[in-house]
Amino acid sequence: MLRYAFKRLISLMISLAVASVVIFAVIEVAPGDPASFMLGVNAQEDTLAALRAELGLDGSKLERYFNWVSGMLVGDFGTSYTYRTPVSQMIQDRLWVSLPLALYALTLSTLIAFPAGIYAAARRGKPGDLTVMGATQLGIAVPNFWFAMMLVLIFAINLRWFNAGGFAGWDQGFWTGLHSLTLPAVALALPQAAILARVMRSSLLDILGEDFMRTARAKGLSRRQALWRHGVRNALIPVLTIIGLQFSFLLAGSIIIEQVFYLPGLGRLVFQAISARDLIVVESVVMLLVFAVITVNFLVDLAYAAVDPRLRSRT
Amino acid sequence: MSRNLILGALLSSLVLLAALVSFVWTPYDHAALDIPGKLKTPSAQSWFGTDHFGRDMFSMIMVGARTSIAVALVAVGIGMALGVPLGLTAAARKGSWLDEVIMRGNDLVFAFPSLVIAILITAVFGAGAINAIIAIGIFNIPVFARITRGAALSLWEREFILAARVSGKGAARISAEHILPNVANLLIVQGTIQFSLGILAEAGLSYVGLGAQPPTPSWGRMLADAQTMVSFAPHLALIPGLAIIVTVLGLNLLGDGLRDWLDPRIRVARA
Repeated sequence: MLRYAFKRLISLMISLAVASVVIFAVIEVAPGDPASFMLGVNAQEDTLAALRAELGLDGSKLERYFNWVSGMLVGDFGTSYTYRTPVSQMIQDRLWVSLPLALYALTLSTLIAFPAGIYAAARRGKPGDLTVMGATQLGIAVPNFWFAMMLVLIFAINLRWFNAGGFAGWDQGFWTGLHSLTLPAVALALPQAAILARVMRSSLLDILGEDFMRTARAKGLSRRQALWRHGVRNALIPVLTIIGLQFSFLLAGSIIIEQVFYLPGLGRLVFQAISARDLIVVESVVMLLVFAVITVNFLVDLAYAAVDPRLRSRT
Repeated sequence: MSRNLILGALLSSLVLLAALVSFVWTPYDHAALDIPGKLKTPSAQSWFGTDHFGRDMFSMIMVGARTSIAVALVAVGIGMALGVPLGLTAAARKGSWLDEVIMRGNDLVFAFPSLVIAILITAVFGAGAINAIIAIGIFNIPVFARITRGAALSLWEREFILAARVSGKGAARISAEHILPNVANLLIVQGTIQFSLGILAEAGLSYVGLGAQPPTPSWGRMLADAQTMVSFAPHLALIPGLAIIVTVLGLNLLGDGLRDWLDPRIRVARA
């Protein structure tokens, strides 16, 4: 297990290194010089040079890459070109919206998907199963930002149960904060729940065909007892992997949903930074998201290998 | 044939037909402004109503189908054109450094949150249909490479491949003449699924303003325009959304149906 973990750790490091090079390179070839963008077309050459030096744009490419990476390793993400505040501070503020939103959505998605998947598997081929499967087909086809707009139309504009957008802030109290994240979380969660319910169903169906399920029934357990004690428990392993992957989907997916609800999260930060050509912010936030996704996948792999020893020998 | 296949084929061809017909005919000029006739709800004159500039929504949806299909189709094309040869090569050189490099590269692209990178690419190189295609296309490459390699590996163990090797054919020729035709079904099914994901991705990118630019109509941007008007003109948001759902649902059902239909094992099990 330790050997496997070490191998995976090495490949995690390589992935992160390559990712940082790619992101840096993409930003590097971006047309437009941030300094002249900030000062306008009439800026004097010496003013430009001074600003470039202040922003750390005057070194060689290699130098700047290593400054950026070594800075991030100690939590220094550079200074925003437009706001002149540390990017790490900006990210920290926004993370308190994006992270709870992703977790909230993940919780909702799991709460919807588990019962739906188990119900469908237990009634395989019957009308209940077909209804759930039909609903999941629909759920996968719905773009989450459109669904978000429909939620706003129904629950914010017509019923007035929620605000159409904005975030109250956690200092208004936990429940107020949670309330303003509810519609975005539902919009994010439903399409993911559709996928998760399908995985839950097929995983459970695989298990239900196993010999030990017949044994469980033969030793006198009722269908329900066998399903819950032996079926669901074993079916959970692949489902947990998908949940891990979904977390990163949700974190990335929240970029668009935050636009719909005007939430001050990482997604909005990225878009604002893009339109202001605040490339250091774009670079660092994208790197952070990639880091989160790659790390979560790594942890899921490790957890999976810890549960199922067969996987360790595969690589 | 299953119900999935029929329904999926019906919905998909409906959208494809709308896109094709839009080249020769739309009820109105999709770009013609008619400010006095703005924000009309659906009626006999304009089936899907009009938008805030009085443009006919039905015509815009038809032309928008063109954008969605073109972007998604080319993106899938890129994925196949690069991914399939990579997968075939990796399988033919199984265990070699080349296989290792291709598969590690795949894992790497897979690990990236695709939406974030698509946003990065379009943001840096400028918003537009071409960059959206590239951004979506890149993430299709590993999908096709992986699925091709997986299927090809099991084929390489088969006797008819051995026969081809005995007859003196090289790895490249075997891959092209014997492996590729046998993985084609799988690629068609995966292509359909990727196509539907491409439609969703295109809609998302153009919703945030990074897809096709005005005046090219696109469903995602129609939704973005509709957002501020959703309280008094909900049909503006409802209709493009339904167009996306019908397309994606149709393609997914088609993919599922094709998989069952093309896989003889499932066909036998059904009969």
